[in-house]
Formats: sequence, C-alpha cells, structure tokens
Amino acid sequence: MARFDLAVVGAGPAGLSAAVTAAENGLTVALVDAGTQPGGQFWRHPDEHHPRPDEGRGQHLWSRFTDLRTRLRALESGAATAGRVELVVGHQVWFVETLAEGFMLHLSATHGETRLPQVRAASLVLCPGGYDRQLPVPGWELPGVMAAGGVQALLKAHRSVAGRRAVVAGTGPFLLPVAAGLAQAGADVVAICEAGSLSGWARSPLGAAGVPSKALEAVEYAALLARHRIPYRMRTVITAIRGESEVGSVGLGRLDRNGRLRTDVSLPDLDVDLVAFGWGFTPSLELVTAVGASTRVDVDESLIADVDDWQRTDVPGAYVAGEATGVGGALLAVAEGELAALAASRDAGRPVSEARARSLQRQIARGRRFAATMHRAHPVPAGWQDWLEPDTTVCRCEETTLGEICAATKELGATDARTVKLLARPGMGWCQGRVCGFAAAKLAIPVGEALTASDLAPLAKRTFAAPVSLETLATTPTESDSATSHDNDA
Amino acid sequence: MTDQVNLTFDGVTITAAAGQSVGAALTDAGIRSWRSTRRGDRPRGLFCGIGVCFDCLVTVDGRPNQRACLVPVRDGMRLESGGLREVSARG
Repeated sequence: MARFDLAVVGAGPAGLSAAVTAAENGLTVALVDAGTQPGGQFWRHPDEHHPRPDEGRGQHLWSRFTDLRTRLRALESGAATAGRVELVVGHQVWFVETLAEGFMLHLSATHGETRLPQVRAASLVLCPGGYDRQLPVPGWELPGVMAAGGVQALLKAHRSVAGRRAVVAGTGPFLLPVAAGLAQAGADVVAICEAGSLSGWARSPLGAAGVPSKALEAVEYAALLARHRIPYRMRTVITAIRGESEVGSVGLGRLDRNGRLRTDVSLPDLDVDLVAFGWGFTPSLELVTAVGASTRVDVDESLIADVDDWQRTDVPGAYVAGEATGVGGALLAVAEGELAALAASRDAGRPVSEARARSLQRQIARGRRFAATMHRAHPVPAGWQDWLEPDTTVCRCEETTLGEICAATKELGATDARTVKLLARPGMGWCQGRVCGFAAAKLAIPVGEALTASDLAPLAKRTFAAPVSLETLATTPTESDSATSHDNDA
Repeated sequence: MTDQVNLTFDGVTITAAAGQSVGAALTDAGIRSWRSTRRGDRPRGLFCGIGVCFDCLVTVDGRPNQRACLVPVRDGMRLESGGLREVSARG
C-alpha cells in the first residue's frame, strides 16, 4: 500500500494546481482522478495516446493546463523530481477513512477492473469539481436531451456532435461556450434560451469588474453568437419536450421579471433533435461529507464545503479547493488549489511564500465576489415548477413523477427531502440523487423557500461515493492498514 | 490521422476513432439510446455524459452496467443494449 504526504482527489483545474504546487514544495503526492488523463471536466480533451494537432480546440485557459501538465510530468518522471507525484487515473474514491493520523482513500476503477487499490496520505486536498445542475421538464428523459456539460464533453474529448439541430437552455454563462462549440462543430443552434436576463449583471457591476478576463470572454462569445447567427433569447425557458423515441421538438415559455411563467405570451415550438440543459452547477460534496467536514449553502443554493481563508475544512489535514467550495470557474479553482497546497505544506511544517499566499487570497476573494454576482444574475427561476405536469419525471433513475412526490408531501405529510426520498424514492437509484437532488429537495419544502444545509446535507451524504459491486466488496481487505491492495480477477 | 477501431453494437459493426468513449462512438453512429428503464420501459442513452447519472449503462464484452460515457472503445469490443441487468454469478 502506498503512503504519501498528500493525496489530491480530482485532477481538474483545482486538483492539478494543488498537486503540482505541493510536489514542487517537496511533498510526495498521490493525484487520483476518475478520468483517463488529467484535465477534469473543464480541460477535458482527446486521449493523449492518440495525439491530435488540434488538441486544445474549444478550450479556455488552455495554456494554463499545458503548463500544469508539463510540470506534472516533470514531477512524475523528470530527472530531478521524478516520483514526487503518483498519478492514479481511471479511479474513483468510493470511501474515505479517517485514520488516527491521516486518511485512507479506498479506490475503485471507473470501469472494467474489480481491484480496489488504497492510498494512504497524511493530508488530503479534495477537488471533486461538480456537474450540471438540472431541473425536471416534461419529456426531459427522452434521448437527445443532455446535460450541457455532457454535450461539451463529447465535443472537447471526442469531437462528437450530439445532434444536428440544437437548443441550449437553462441559465448562466456556461450556455454560451456550449452553443458556440456546437455551432463551430457544424450543428445548427436554433436558440439559446436563457431563463434570466442580463440586467442582473448591471445591479452589481463591482463584482463583474473585478475579473476583467470574464468581460473579454463575454465579448468573444457575443461575436461568436453573431457569426453563427444564434439567437440569445432571454427570460425564455423550455416548458415541454416532445417526441416518441427521441426529441423532436420543444415548447417554449416566457418568464416575467420575477421568474414566473407568463400565461399571456405564447411562443412557437422549435424543431430540434438535441436539447442541452444547464442550470448552473452542483458541486460534488460526498467526499467532503465523508470526512466529516462542515458544509454550508452558497448563494446559488448549492451545498458547499465550509473552508477558511487557507482552504482548510474543520477536519484537521483536510482541505477543499475548486467548485466544492462554491461554483466559481476554473481560474478561481486554480488559485484555490495552489493555496490549499501551500496550506498543506505550511501545516506540515514546510516553509512557503507568505507573499504568494496573500496574493492568492486576494485573487480568491475577487473571484468569489464575481461568482456571487454571477449566481445572483442567474438564479433558478422562481416559477420552475409552473410548467411541470403530474406525470413529469423528477427522478430519472427511479422514474419518480412529480405526482408521486406531491402525494408524499400532501397526503403522507412529508415535510423534508429525506422523508420524501424514503416515501417516493427520488434519489434512491443509480445516481443517488446527484441529478434530481436539487429539484427533489425544493419540491419537499414550500414554494419560494430557500434550501438550507439541513435540507441538502442528508442528500449529499453517500456512504459509497461510487457504486461498488458486492463481489468486489467481499474481497476487500477489512483492516485499514493491511499490507496490499487486492486483486480478485483470479 | 486518427486510428480507427471496429466494434459491434448488438452484432452490427460500427467504427470509432481510437481514444473515443463508447458513448461517443454510439453517438457518431447515430445511435441515441441503448437501454430501457425498469419501470416505464423507456429508452435511455447519454444524459450527463461525464459519469454522474448512470443513464448510459451498456453491456461491454459481457460485463453489464458499464457507463458508456466513461469506457474507452477498443478494437473488437462487443456492446449490447438492454435493460438494467442483474450481475450474474461468476461461472
């Protein structure tokens, strides 16, 4: 079994930055990622075993990635620093054990193999990232409806275009690169449906002005949308998705300034074969809750890790960086990852540059202000339940309908998300509520109320952070300090 | 420029670029659903595309319930559609 000074979970912007920084400070680091290569969701790119000249197509901040990758490779196998980082790809952490000193990560392969390796480390930086937040819509379970991030992943990593005639819908700035990516790949993007309006940004110019690169990005996207003639429709939502075996068309609705569906406006349907949905992001919190770290609710009603100004949680030796401390984008994640690594090095008694740490803390504070502005400008619209029908699927795994959830709250008296889950089963399936968790939690409380940590924390807690077969479990060493990992492929 | 691999989906040969995921290969072949749900018998394919939702489960070389969005293609790979399958006892 391998022992390290530091384990970093997630090799996206935050995790890469944390691992490289810590190893350059002299720590031995294990960097674990579910993907086949570093990059995370943000820098997802084609398989490096089959190099492409256009590797960085559709990417942002790509030179930041290639710089981190070069440094990572030197720390893996460079002449002077080889062996400082051990990169463990293709593995998820399904369980974190807190030891008397340090942590034991229990890993499982994302596919195929049934071995369960373990990684032991004195301290831990969690950079689990997140995924698109979703809201149910009638018909959203039809093939051809995808998370915007999934559409983007197909483009960035596989050069696959998920449809020929697309609508990109939801809220937030992430809709823009997805629409632009589809158009550049040859799809006909018939509209971006943005539930919010850009007036939200005007209310807080200070937050936006703090991060000038974001303004440049916006200008860049505006030019791309114009070039591809993609209409950007504000206060517009998809209210229904129609089709037999896959998406054929979508119905649209217009929202008023309070985010409620206007009944006096009727809009023509759009014929499409692809719907890409994104309502902001949900951070992955299962490992944060697994180590017992405190959580809180962010401006966007996401459950996040509560960290101090050194990215420390209230569990000694456990740090969190990136989206799990609040959705804020890649630049912020890179800064947080670096700071978390400096904190871990410093707390382990190694000298670090205090000036660099202070500079990162200032950068992070600016990034957080920008993120708060973004979240306030792109809320989930107040009226998102207005267009649901009793037979609308809420939980895709268990196929729980809105009607069944309403029966649990109205007839059976459930007043919290956990009870609704027990009675009607939303969130009990394969994904363990990752997709429907936000919506199911909102449906359990009165309309218009904000979610609290006590609504969200029980849903984020997953005893197994990734599915593990019983066969595999049965062959797992039970003593946490037993000698080696097992292989049951006998 | 990129290496091609051949795989089969329910016995029909499809071609993919080496390094692609099974989900991407099926998407490029115009296949958008490959399992049906337990309760409603409804078609499902890719949804989240990044390993979170488990909608895209597929049988790969006889091993059931693999996430198509995560499994890389390999020459000669056999993909089978279907519903959620019980993991059969080893034998």
